[in-house]
Amino acid sequence: METIYLIFIVLLAAFLGFELIRKVPATLHTPLMSGSNAISGITLVGALVASGAENDTLTTVLGTAAVALASINVVGGYMVTDRMLGMFKKKQGK
Amino acid sequence: MSNNAMIINLAYIVATTLFILGLKLLSHPGTARRGNFVSAIGMFIAVVVTLIDQQIISYHWILFGFLLGGAYGAWKAKKVEMTQMPEMVSLFNGFGGLASLLLGWATVSGMNQLSMATTDELVFVTIFLTILIGGVTFSGSVIAWGKLSGKMSSKAFIFTGLRELSILHLLGFVAVGYLFATEPSNELWLYVAIGLALSFGVWATISIGGADMPVVIALLNSYSGVAACAAGLAVANTILIVTGLLVGASGLILTNIMCKAMNRSLMNVLLSGFAKPVEMG
Repeated sequence: METIYLIFIVLLAAFLGFELIRKVPATLHTPLMSGSNAISGITLVGALVASGAENDTLTTVLGTAAVALASINVVGGYMVTDRMLGMFKKKQGK
Repeated sequence: MSNNAMIINLAYIVATTLFILGLKLLSHPGTARRGNFVSAIGMFIAVVVTLIDQQIISYHWILFGFLLGGAYGAWKAKKVEMTQMPEMVSLFNGFGGLASLLLGWATVSGMNQLSMATTDELVFVTIFLTILIGGVTFSGSVIAWGKLSGKMSSKAFIFTGLRELSILHLLGFVAVGYLFATEPSNELWLYVAIGLALSFGVWATISIGGADMPVVIALLNSYSGVAACAAGLAVANTILIVTGLLVGASGLILTNIMCKAMNRSLMNVLLSGFAKPVEMG
């Protein structure tokens, strides 16, 4: 039964992703790419558990490295997207 | 379901809703900046609430990793030139892919022999996919970053036997995937899988010209979403599954839209390692 639920979730999420951004204007391609890239840093959530669960040394090291890398993706990703969109607004104002 | 898990899952639903809303707002010029902010709040909620997970015993390593990565990411994002944005996105995306790979690896190494024997083979298939897609995302993004930043030649690097090499990689994936899923305690297969994934990312990207790189980055961004989704299946975390797939699907459709805008065929870019490219450069 669990597997069936997972397939449901997977199917719905895939369709939603397709539908959400079907009509995006060309100027927003790069910011949208950058913004969704930041969201894919959600791996951070999984990495937190791997890093904090006090397993053996190797697991903790791998988990901590994953936390660090995912944090770069999340923090950097959101900030870069914000900067990009900030520029965009100014340009349009002129 | 314990109280704790209930709170976490409810918060995950809120976070996912914010991600969906954020993506929606991001695709309209007037609301794009707000959309980015909305999705950042979703991420904040997801991260903070995960910290109350009962599996997490100590916080010092988490804090160390987060401060290190966060500071580096913030510093990079502040100082990057506007003209270097696509390569910056590519590099961040590569880090995300590598994080998924390491998470997959940590999941295997965190299991002891006993739990390995009783764990479903399907879990090891998802771990393998996490490592595979994460690895391809990482090495592919690094090559894309190198090409865009001028650290490597941006020309398409084509040589005879590239197609055969790519096919060999794919066959290798199937073989190693099978061996890894059936014999997960043998570390050799894990290392071979990591090596194969990294090497495939290089060959698949190096054969694509610099002009096509934005499309490639969009595609790799989609891959990193799928990698997060696979990681979610491996560690049984719904927010990773849903959010990863959301990024994966929207990334793929964005890649297609970008291809159309640049008058390129998605198949051509996707399979450039297998087919003769129509134009070089």
